[in-house]
Amino acid sequence: MLQPINVSLESLNLITLAPMLVAIAGGLIILILDLVNKSLHKSLYVMLTILILVIDFGATLGLNVNERGFFDVMLIDGVSIVSQLLIIVASIIFTPLALTSRRFHEYSYPEFFALFLFMVAGFQFMVASDNLILIFVGLETASLSLYTLIALHNRSNSYEAAVKYFTMGALAAAFFAMGSAVIYALTGSVELYKVADVLATRLNEAGLMVAIFGSSVLLLVAFAFKLSLFPFHTWAPDVYEGASAPLAGYMSVVPKVAAFVVSIRIFGMYIDLGVEWVRVVILVLAVLTMTLANLMALVQEDVKRMLAYSSISHAGFIIAALALDTTEGTTAIFFYYALFMFTNLGAFTMLWMSRHKNRRFNARFDHPYEKFAGFIKIMPMGAVIMAVFMLSLAGVPPFSIFWGKIYVMQAAVNSGYVWLAIVMGLNSAIAAYYYLKLVVYMFLKDPVKDVDTVYYNLSKPLMAVVGLAAVATIGAIFYVQPLVSYVYYMISASGY
Amino acid sequence: MENILSVLVFFPAIAGLLGFVVDKESARAYGITVAAIEFLLSIWLWFSFDMANAGMQFVELIPIIPDFGISYYLGVDGISLFIIIMATLMTLIGMMSMSITENIKNMIITLLFLEMTMVGVFVALDAIIFYLFWELSLVPMLYIIGAWGGPLRVYAAVKFFLYTFTGSLIMLVGMLFVAYIYHNLTGVWSFAITDWYALVLPVSYQLWLFAAFFIGFAIKVPMFPFHTWLPYAHGQAPTIGSVILAAVLLKMGTYGFVRFSLPMFPDAAVLAITPIAAIAIVMIIYTAMVAYAQKDMKQVIAYSSVSHMGIIMLGIFAMNAEGISGSVFQMLSHGIVSGALFMLVGVIYDRRHTKLMSEFGGLASVMPKYAVIFGIMLMASVGLPLTIGFVGEFLVLLGFYQVSPVLTVLAGTSIIIGAIYMLTVYKQSFFGPVTKEENKSLKDLNRKEIWSLIPLVLIVVWLGVYPKPVLGPIDNSVKAMLTFMDQKAITQEAKDMIKVPDTNNNRREVK
Repeated sequence: MLQPINVSLESLNLITLAPMLVAIAGGLIILILDLVNKSLHKSLYVMLTILILVIDFGATLGLNVNERGFFDVMLIDGVSIVSQLLIIVASIIFTPLALTSRRFHEYSYPEFFALFLFMVAGFQFMVASDNLILIFVGLETASLSLYTLIALHNRSNSYEAAVKYFTMGALAAAFFAMGSAVIYALTGSVELYKVADVLATRLNEAGLMVAIFGSSVLLLVAFAFKLSLFPFHTWAPDVYEGASAPLAGYMSVVPKVAAFVVSIRIFGMYIDLGVEWVRVVILVLAVLTMTLANLMALVQEDVKRMLAYSSISHAGFIIAALALDTTEGTTAIFFYYALFMFTNLGAFTMLWMSRHKNRRFNARFDHPYEKFAGFIKIMPMGAVIMAVFMLSLAGVPPFSIFWGKIYVMQAAVNSGYVWLAIVMGLNSAIAAYYYLKLVVYMFLKDPVKDVDTVYYNLSKPLMAVVGLAAVATIGAIFYVQPLVSYVYYMISASGY
Repeated sequence: MENILSVLVFFPAIAGLLGFVVDKESARAYGITVAAIEFLLSIWLWFSFDMANAGMQFVELIPIIPDFGISYYLGVDGISLFIIIMATLMTLIGMMSMSITENIKNMIITLLFLEMTMVGVFVALDAIIFYLFWELSLVPMLYIIGAWGGPLRVYAAVKFFLYTFTGSLIMLVGMLFVAYIYHNLTGVWSFAITDWYALVLPVSYQLWLFAAFFIGFAIKVPMFPFHTWLPYAHGQAPTIGSVILAAVLLKMGTYGFVRFSLPMFPDAAVLAITPIAAIAIVMIIYTAMVAYAQKDMKQVIAYSSVSHMGIIMLGIFAMNAEGISGSVFQMLSHGIVSGALFMLVGVIYDRRHTKLMSEFGGLASVMPKYAVIFGIMLMASVGLPLTIGFVGEFLVLLGFYQVSPVLTVLAGTSIIIGAIYMLTVYKQSFFGPVTKEENKSLKDLNRKEIWSLIPLVLIVVWLGVYPKPVLGPIDNSVKAMLTFMDQKAITQEAKDMIKVPDTNNNRREVK
């Protein structure tokens, strides 16, 4: 006779679900509001979204470290808390960018904001679990919402971008499912901590390595797509170009943070088990990604595509930290993204400010370099801030990303990978060229006179976001210490 | 005032920020006033400096990122003191003589920020803070060359930036590695240079680290074969850019060798004497010959800069008190003399809009005051006794003679070749009949130019005749450094090579 399943409410530990539920409930509230009254202005939805995200932030901050919940599929460790906080903060910065001075199609639909919140919840699920099935569900929830958000930007190349991203994403999802299936076949479990236990006892079995090879290659391909690592990066520039500038900036941070968390959980486990070639493969990918993306960025004619390649290169930089598999290396990932987030979102917001409905400067691109020629004369403050973002991306001290770079490089040196630190240094030097190119255009060339002004789409909320990003970029030296010690504490508390 | 160094670093930066508010018409007066106050502050630093103390003074230490071991750590000793004063002086003089009128406000603000980074580099005692100012100094210079320069300015500016940036990233890896070793040995993170001095490293590590720092510094100096950015930068930069670049920015590289490479890696430095001396000799002779072949006056001075930097490098690697003190002194002398020469070329360029020597001739009869000052600076550059150039060059050669007489003789030819190309410039431009019609009506130096050049002439003569007030503190700190290097060196060769001065302080040790 079957025993009745008896689960007490306390053992479910539902509080671990609270952050995601807040986001989902918020999305539903927005949909209901729209049902009741169709004529509400987008500013209401923007503010509502921010408020919901703030509650979400509070709920995440209140979680205890190292808890499991909901039949043990939820895992709230330091990594998941830090990454959820990053995701939420980036989302809060992203949301006000809807309040532009020009009307853009997508923001007139409340669904945009509902989808956005569902996507945030999806990413939160993805990082707060070590169950491969829940990770998959979170990943797909988030990705499907993201595809739609891209396509809502109602331009022919936005559709192209969405479809391209969708196809690539579907392929990656398939690889992920197959990789997980192999893991399940090997160990009889989809929960990574059990998988690690089983694998540890069977590691010396003949033939097991082949199966591990199969599973990790499949998973590596899946996440290389998501993290836009070479040679699976080709979608990124097109998708960034097609998406609206804020969304492109958002995509260069949030989905990657989520994918990094899962990568840490999966590949960190392999490296911990002593499967050394996983580390080698990741290192090779990292070096190729940062170098080739840098070289590609050199020849771009469009600032947005340049920033897309630069994001790829930065991702390559960070994936190298993952391969180190030390507490410092893992800390470096989140620390770097926390700093990168402000600068990169700021830079993309500057592009968003200059967004025209029609292409006035170039038939092919929205943001050719010529558009920013002589920016210092048109809008001195804007030019200085944009230059600060570019110098920060290039790694010039004392701007924020410099601290991330030295932390990653120090982590590499500490684990004995001095050559990796040198490669990173040389890559930063190559990268400096294309960031400087924009600075040169802005400061040293004359404006193209016969076209409309550059700051076409400017509004107070955008200025506030750029201001915040600029302050965070310039004043990094003052908050690096608390930030790094918090992240380090959280990471080491969760045992990475 | 204990925190005078912080004031020195941040006063120009704050003034630069406030400068955004100052009206365009008054920007120039504002800049000169700020630079003058900064200069007086640095003079005050000199007067409150304890000449007998060879160690770091006015030390400020505030931890900013304890988890990385990075602190806000400043201090000054005899070696850096005078370079700081020279930096503030040259900024002031450069601003006074500046003839740029277009976008003057941006220029003033940029110069003030540049001044912050320059002072910052020379007072920083934390490697990361040093690196921070070092990198930051590239940005204003990029803007100065790129915005006010000649036709190829963008290329020159970007080349300047990328060269230095690449080199310094390698140096950064070196710094991170030193910090890592320090952490391994002590369990504490620290980027403080004074902490690093205590590290005794195996020779193989020293060699690698020396190489990493070498790339960073050598590009800045610039040492052959990394010097190719310099002629472009000088050729395209406006006068003020060249003055600051030659007088101060190049000194960052040689200062880096004295501050980092020698005391941290004494054994590797001794092993590197021969290769570096060879490069230095190539710099001295080859670039002097290239200078002779130039048609453009400014290029002559640019290449002569490289040649003189070769002398400085040679002195640093003499590993004795004469050589290193002479080098530090030569840094000052080269800063003042080449700065003045660039200003003088700027004067004639403002009048004729050409720098080609063939366009001139007989200027001495048209512009007598100009010819006199040019002559004095030229002699100082060549190293005529009783000018500032002689003291440094002589000490360097004297110091290096103890290492290798042959190489010293080769280096000594620099004085001869220098005299040849400099006198050729002088002959072609100043003597003979006035051949060109346009030159007949040239105006002599105006008040502004005279008042900016006279102080430099006075310094050239004063320090040439009586260098002791400057040389004394430099010598003290250098001797302390040598003693320390000798104690720290682990190989016998290095111990033999590094000449520790005896306690009498005046005579060198006879072995």
